[in-house]
Amino acid sequence: MSEIRESDNASRIMAELQSLKEAKSTIDNKIGLLEAELRDIQNDGASSNGLSPEMIYRYSRHLLLPNFGVSGQQNLLNSSILVVGAGGLGSPALLYLAACGVGRLGIVDHDLVELNNMHRQIIHTETYIGQPKVKSAASACRSVNSSIQVVEHQEALRTSNALEIFSKYPCNSNNNMAIFFCFNLVFLIFLSFFILLSILPLIHYDHMFTIMWILMISMTEHFVRYDIIVDATDNAPTRYMISDCCVVLGKPLVSGAALGLEGQLTVYNYNGGPCYRCLFPTPPPTTACQRCADSGVLGVVPGIIGCLQALEAIKIAASVGEPLSGRMLLFDALSARIRIVKIRGRSLQCEACGENSKFTQQQFREFDYENFTQTPLSVSPLKLNLLPNESRISSKEYNEIILKKEPHVVVDVRPAHHFKIVSLPKSLNIPLSTLEARLPEISSALKKEEEDNIGVVSGSSAQLYVVCRRGNDSQRAVQSLQKMGFTSAKDIVGGLESWAHNVDPNFPTY
Amino acid sequence: MQLTLEFGGGLELLCDSKKIHNVNVELQNGEDKLTMKDLLSWVRTNLIKERPEMFMKGDTVRPGVLVLVNDCDWELSGQLSTSLEEKDVVVFISTLHGG
Repeated sequence: MSEIRESDNASRIMAELQSLKEAKSTIDNKIGLLEAELRDIQNDGASSNGLSPEMIYRYSRHLLLPNFGVSGQQNLLNSSILVVGAGGLGSPALLYLAACGVGRLGIVDHDLVELNNMHRQIIHTETYIGQPKVKSAASACRSVNSSIQVVEHQEALRTSNALEIFSKYPCNSNNNMAIFFCFNLVFLIFLSFFILLSILPLIHYDHMFTIMWILMISMTEHFVRYDIIVDATDNAPTRYMISDCCVVLGKPLVSGAALGLEGQLTVYNYNGGPCYRCLFPTPPPTTACQRCADSGVLGVVPGIIGCLQALEAIKIAASVGEPLSGRMLLFDALSARIRIVKIRGRSLQCEACGENSKFTQQQFREFDYENFTQTPLSVSPLKLNLLPNESRISSKEYNEIILKKEPHVVVDVRPAHHFKIVSLPKSLNIPLSTLEARLPEISSALKKEEEDNIGVVSGSSAQLYVVCRRGNDSQRAVQSLQKMGFTSAKDIVGGLESWAHNVDPNFPTY
Repeated sequence: MQLTLEFGGGLELLCDSKKIHNVNVELQNGEDKLTMKDLLSWVRTNLIKERPEMFMKGDTVRPGVLVLVNDCDWELSGQLSTSLEEKDVVVFISTLHGG
């Protein structure tokens, strides 16, 4: 009885905590917005260079730089930058861009904050675990600098919305500036409507709607756009999509990437420089596209690349220095080496930006990036299905086998460094890459298990089960084991993740 | 010919996880120069220990690999026909997508 009461208490406290945290973040958000509104009102008394006393004080260290100064800061304040991805790269990039006074800062992300993000995605705090990254990042940016406009795009970037996000201002945003722009837009539409009405007798009726439409489009395009795009995403199809969208709209792209202990950085589609497709006309094979969730990443590495992305975006926005166009920075954390190399210029044959390319907005909308790169846009882990049902068991069934003490051997085919993180009791680690060479170990383990069970369990011989992290490599292993004579080998569906999910909730996941 | 070869972006995993290789590549009989084409086939035979398809496709590198000769994209020096000189540094780097 007391156990039930305790668990009731715990869930009540957790629910209350959750609702308090949500209320807190709503209040924080509101404080940020109100502060921004107040600053806007106070900033009306600006000096001759357009900078208010508070701005002069806030950005004084920028203004003191002879090569940056008032004009650099003014350019920054008038610029708008969109960061796609509020993860490892986006975190520091967004913080610096907010701090430095970019006029309008947009954030695109559809993900939620998770505990395993915290070691590198430093813009998020533990309070926001389970909440949208965009919301968390926007709130952090506003708390660093409440005088800038932060726009939240809480959606996955797709061909269906990319052009609109990059080039049009969202009217549904709960932001003062947005409302201001929308009012202006509506006013201008009405104005042009009246002008048209007054000259109506002069035009053919059929053409009127076309003219109205063109006027509307041109006005929307005029008001609402980001000047610079920062690619802080984590997969190949999105990188091609962002680059193509930048080419179609003629926007510079600051592109960064990081994995393991290495990072790469360059600026695409700027001042006659190449676009992503000039450099990589053919997408790499899927097997060459590793993810941080599989290969790991040292937290500070994307941090460094993200900072450099902010720097390049600031240089372009402020019109200072030489942006990293036509060059690429390669960072190797382990050997502490940074190499800056010269890359090719714009390719005349490029499918996106080449001489004879006719890559239009319409083609962009219809292009299938997932098919082009053979990789899904959303980063969900691969789920293979290579084996017939009789060669597979569920984690729950495997638990039954343990409980019934049925003789068996379980081989864990993950790499050794994964095995060190966590493993099933009594499992034998034979990484997939070494499986063929280590078959005798499996044979002798099976033999020993049978000998140990003589007289304990009657009849059947020891069974062979294979496990891995998510249940893909275990299927590959079973396929080759079956080919090499272990015909009754079975894999545990869903691997250790399924074990943690369905059998032992205290089993660590990574 | 003494050359320094570097592998990065994960390509080092194909050659014993070693990033920098100081190598001596002998010129083929009758040839007076070494081109990138020759070097690629030498690398494939002598350095790549596993999954050669992750390094090469046909007679060139696979899509997604940048080749740099003395810190310069090989597109600017003639790709496969780039001729190499003593002490040149050739970097093979796989493009990263993570973040």
